[in-house]
Amino acid sequence: MTQVRVLAGTRKGAFVLTSDEKREKWSVTGPHFGGWEIYHLKGSPVNPDRIYASQNTGWFGQLIQRSDDGGLTWEPVGNDFSYAGASDEQGPGTHLWYDGTPKPWEFKRVWHLEPSKTDPDTVFAGAEDAALFKSVDGGVSWTELTGLRKHPTGPSWQPGAGGLCPHTIILQEPRIYVAISAAGTLRSDDGGETWRVINKGLLSDGIPDPDAEAGHCVHHVEAHPTKPDTLFMQKHWDVMRSDDAGENWHEISGNLPSDFGFPIGVHPHEAETLYVVPITSDSLHYPPDGALKVWRSRTGGNEWEPLTNGLPQRDCYVNVYRDAMSIDTLDEAGIYFGTTGGQVYVSPDSGDTWEPIVRDLPAVLSVEVQVLP
Amino acid sequence: MTSIRVVLPVHLRNLARTGKEVTVSVPGDGVTQRAVLDALELAYPVLLGTIRDRQTGKRRAFVRFYACEQDLSNEPPDAPLPAAVTAALAAGAEPFLVVGAMAGG
Repeated sequence: MTQVRVLAGTRKGAFVLTSDEKREKWSVTGPHFGGWEIYHLKGSPVNPDRIYASQNTGWFGQLIQRSDDGGLTWEPVGNDFSYAGASDEQGPGTHLWYDGTPKPWEFKRVWHLEPSKTDPDTVFAGAEDAALFKSVDGGVSWTELTGLRKHPTGPSWQPGAGGLCPHTIILQEPRIYVAISAAGTLRSDDGGETWRVINKGLLSDGIPDPDAEAGHCVHHVEAHPTKPDTLFMQKHWDVMRSDDAGENWHEISGNLPSDFGFPIGVHPHEAETLYVVPITSDSLHYPPDGALKVWRSRTGGNEWEPLTNGLPQRDCYVNVYRDAMSIDTLDEAGIYFGTTGGQVYVSPDSGDTWEPIVRDLPAVLSVEVQVLP
Repeated sequence: MTSIRVVLPVHLRNLARTGKEVTVSVPGDGVTQRAVLDALELAYPVLLGTIRDRQTGKRRAFVRFYACEQDLSNEPPDAPLPAAVTAALAAGAEPFLVVGAMAGG
């Protein structure tokens, strides 16, 4: 029987939510790693029972956990995310600090784990500050793909409020996309060796140069699985689209009540169906008017409709983080998102109706869904 | 070789899958902070990076070290611990405490 498994990373541990394909009745296990921040968990597309988790606290640093039984048991694997050059005389190089001075690159945490689509032992990690690591041994050892951080614009990258975080990793190997707040989006066509910035068309208030190559606060990027050159972006402000692998971007915010937000989702079977969760503004991280609405476009952007059935429409002041939305691949696609208020919502009908799977988890940092045969 | 009792905070106990207290073997007679932590990480490699930064080897900001009611956190890692502390640790009369600092408001 087909099973759906939702992996929720929260401020205080990981939770695994499972259901059958009806997605009506759920069982919940966790917290795994109680008390630790779990920025992200993601399963291997090749072996769904192989799951990687990023575990961190300000006290005890970074760990990577790996499960080979679908999240029932876990083993800590490697956590040596040494930056290239850090132990050499010349050092790791610098980026720009908030006060405009150069600051040496320094590892802080892993924001995102992206398992390979072909090999369960290969996984990529997006590490703050702005580094991409790769493991080919199931997370035991990690090697930095230095071309990203050593890009000529790297010394000008400045952290956003959340840090210099590489939060999006899209694998279309040998092509890889990475998005970093607040550097922008970069693309590699050679497996991560060399990179080019792909931010043309992004306009960001606060950047004096409207043609700035880097410095854009990209919040999340998704690619459609069958149209790999088509990308959708939720930027700090603005919802954007590219149909040429990021070479050019244009705005598709259209009639959204606010084009500020964090996640963006793409329907697995309808290339022009998108989902965003508008947030009031960069200083008011909650939905407009205290009403939680997912907005869906069935026209590839610009024309959006609010989805509210089952979502709180008053007194709701939660946020939805950039990695906290996921979409399953069942024929009637299920949409999932988690909130800073600890709810994980599911829509088993592509967004028409919603229900909370759980209501009272710690603040949800990430949501990933798996469909198990 | 000197046997030293080490008390771990709850998160590190869970990670190391051990009880509140472990005993580690420190080479030689002189006891330093680094020697105790090296021995601890040798016995429990999963603790690598959780107490000291993997890259710099420095104590993580919110981890503290105590023994015999003394805060040893800022002692030079290679300096011999005070004689009375060394004697108490070596005799097993007192443990070396690894503590998660009170922080977070």
